[in-house]
Amino acid sequence: MSIVVLAWGGGAEPAAAVKEVLGGARRLADASGRAVVAGALGPAAQGAPAMITYGADRVLTVEHDALAQADADAYVDAAEAVCRQVGDGLVLLPGDRLGWEIAPRLAHRLQAGLVTDCVAVDWDGSRFVMTKPVYGGKAMARLAATTGVQVALVRNRTMEALAADPGRTGTVEPLTVSPTSGRVKVVAHKAEESVGQVRLEDAPVVVAGGRGLGGPEPFKELEEIARLLGGAVGASLAAVDAGWISPAHQVGQTGKSVAPDLYIAVGISGASQHVAGMSGSRTIVAINKDPEAPIFRVAHVGAVGDYKEILPAFLEELRRIKGSA
Amino acid sequence: MHIAVCVKQILDPEISPRAFKIDPVRKEAVPGSGSLVIGPFDLNALEVAVQLKERYGGRVTVLTLGSEKAKEALRRALAMGADAAVLIDDGQVAAKEPSVTARVLAAAIRRLDSVDLVLCGRQSGEWDFGQVGALLAEELGMPFVPFVPRLEVDGQVLRLEREAEGGLAVVEAPRPCVASITNANDNVPRLPKVKDIMMANRKPITTYTAADLGLGEAEAGDAANRLEVLELFIPEVKSECEFVEGDSGAEKGVNLARKLVERKVI
Repeated sequence: MSIVVLAWGGGAEPAAAVKEVLGGARRLADASGRAVVAGALGPAAQGAPAMITYGADRVLTVEHDALAQADADAYVDAAEAVCRQVGDGLVLLPGDRLGWEIAPRLAHRLQAGLVTDCVAVDWDGSRFVMTKPVYGGKAMARLAATTGVQVALVRNRTMEALAADPGRTGTVEPLTVSPTSGRVKVVAHKAEESVGQVRLEDAPVVVAGGRGLGGPEPFKELEEIARLLGGAVGASLAAVDAGWISPAHQVGQTGKSVAPDLYIAVGISGASQHVAGMSGSRTIVAINKDPEAPIFRVAHVGAVGDYKEILPAFLEELRRIKGSA
Repeated sequence: MHIAVCVKQILDPEISPRAFKIDPVRKEAVPGSGSLVIGPFDLNALEVAVQLKERYGGRVTVLTLGSEKAKEALRRALAMGADAAVLIDDGQVAAKEPSVTARVLAAAIRRLDSVDLVLCGRQSGEWDFGQVGALLAEELGMPFVPFVPRLEVDGQVLRLEREAEGGLAVVEAPRPCVASITNANDNVPRLPKVKDIMMANRKPITTYTAADLGLGEAEAGDAANRLEVLELFIPEVKSECEFVEGDSGAEKGVNLARKLVERKVI
């Protein structure tokens, strides 16, 4: 029995999400006495040797013109071929957009049980147990798939990559697949507006504002802090609904899931639907005038008071620190 | 143009954590701990469908898998502008199994005449498996486009915007096709007027059981379950928050920055 990690994106160096899932798969494989098989699809095939250093025992590569773009139809075909080659077992996919798109279709073809948005996958001694947030993060569910092939879509930044170990050994084998190109054609791209040059989901720092800001103006100050820290600006649903900032910035169950090293929540009360999208952040800072606000229950560092007084001094001190660094 | 919209009636996601209770034995939220509403993204999907009808003509059929109570959700959808509704009784249908939900909805959609577009929310807002759209596409043999905030019709071609890595992509798909809808400024669900709510009571609701749709225990019952819910629990949140000191807001601001340096965060 094996644990399959499906990999896409990246190049000679695998994508960050792939490295995380490989690290998680390696730990599960060691606990359950299995091997890790990576399915390196499309351009990710170039990263096959590196995947071994990150934890794979065996890499099956699938290269085909149809995989040059993120064409889900072709990727489902390629993923299915890898899984059929390996047989029963656990299949892990990174939870990015393509992962969400192909995982259900792959599970359908393999008649496999699928759990999406897993924040943990554990081996309990006899089976794999997947944990996911439900009811907008107010509860957690632990599930097991009762099928031969079990599929887990892993939320980004919830598993930890291993340091690359050039001493690890493994095999790389090409798999011949002729994926069918899709019926859905990409005709244009529109760049997402990004503040501070960093995409929200990838940003190491997110500075987010909510209803407590009282209007669109204060987001300029958040942008300034984000720029200084190399981060991006986020927002709560309330701020988006009020029209103060575009939905592209929304963090939460109905927005984007982020897990940066530092999340600064300004004037955000901490409704569970917001917390569901950011609770995995390494350090959470909350600035709020209400000491009872639920955001302080998940925050690591808090400042109680009026953001209009706190923020300018915070920003000035940051500039001083950054300037002297 | 005939648009089918699949919706789910869920426990109001806005309910406060204090009011939220779970039944650890049945492994679901205690009914009655909050009101029942249509899932937030399903409402966006309905809004998209009604806007398309207003722009291009045609009709909208809303479908749900649920109990008798789910008729309230269907009435709401009819008041928003759907023309007809289908309730599939979930009495004999495996719960919390997206593959079954999709199989049952697909069987009901096949009974509708000439559907050009199938819409659903990108996730329920409850268990949030986020699978039904993609599974419907597989069941119905249609192309699938996920994370769609808006779309337009150009003859036999659908032009859809979709969220992709690094921005939005514009894609073209043939009719019929399945799309899962995400929230955006221009698909905020409308609030029905009293007149619309009155009108909704006169619109038809068709009811099916799984058996009516030709699905037995093996296809739609508990035997079709692929997942087992082992446990549902409310995570214990123990606050570890360290509050920065200061006599004024400005002092707290300075101390906050220093605290982050001390913690080696910045």
